[in-house]
Amino acid sequence: MMRSVGTLTRADLAETINRKMGFSRSESLALVEQILAKMCDGLSEGQNVKISGFGSFILRDKRERVGRNPKTGVEVPITPRRVLTFRASQKLKARIAEG
Amino acid sequence: MIRSELLQALAADNSDLRPEEIEQVVSIFFDEIAKRLAEGGRVELRGFGAFSTREREARTGRNPRTGEAVEVPAKRVPYFKPGKEMRERLNTE
Repeated sequence: MMRSVGTLTRADLAETINRKMGFSRSESLALVEQILAKMCDGLSEGQNVKISGFGSFILRDKRERVGRNPKTGVEVPITPRRVLTFRASQKLKARIAEG
Repeated sequence: MIRSELLQALAADNSDLRPEEIEQVVSIFFDEIAKRLAEGGRVELRGFGAFSTREREARTGRNPRTGEAVEVPAKRVPYFKPGKEMRERLNTE
């Protein structure tokens, strides 16, 4: 196992922006929220979001299919839905594989 | 939406910032996420989703062109799970 590191959150991202850019903490946090909101807006409008060097957030439309309640075994229809997948760029994959 | 369009959208809402500053902020954002994943950590962005990494065992693969067997070593791969709010938002229109 690799050394365990904690979970990165919005607050951590804002802190790094605050430290590296010299923007206030509140301004830094607002920028983090805006980046997420812009990506969210694009996705909810049906646009894939592609960030070069990082990866692509890709929408997929799933048809209705038959599922099963794993507890009771009863068949239930799974309604058609749009799902979000992430495809990491080669650069990100390489960076993570190397560790 | 591509990276440059994200930068434009941010610029439109932040007329007090120079384009280079917005570019740097977006670079820091994705770079910090990548860095944490490379260190073996997790990234949790409530409402949007969570990034983590998963172990892949070593396997024998094949070169699809030649059919030749190749050993693929064990490695870590990135994984993203969309958040609940995101999943719901994608299905409300």
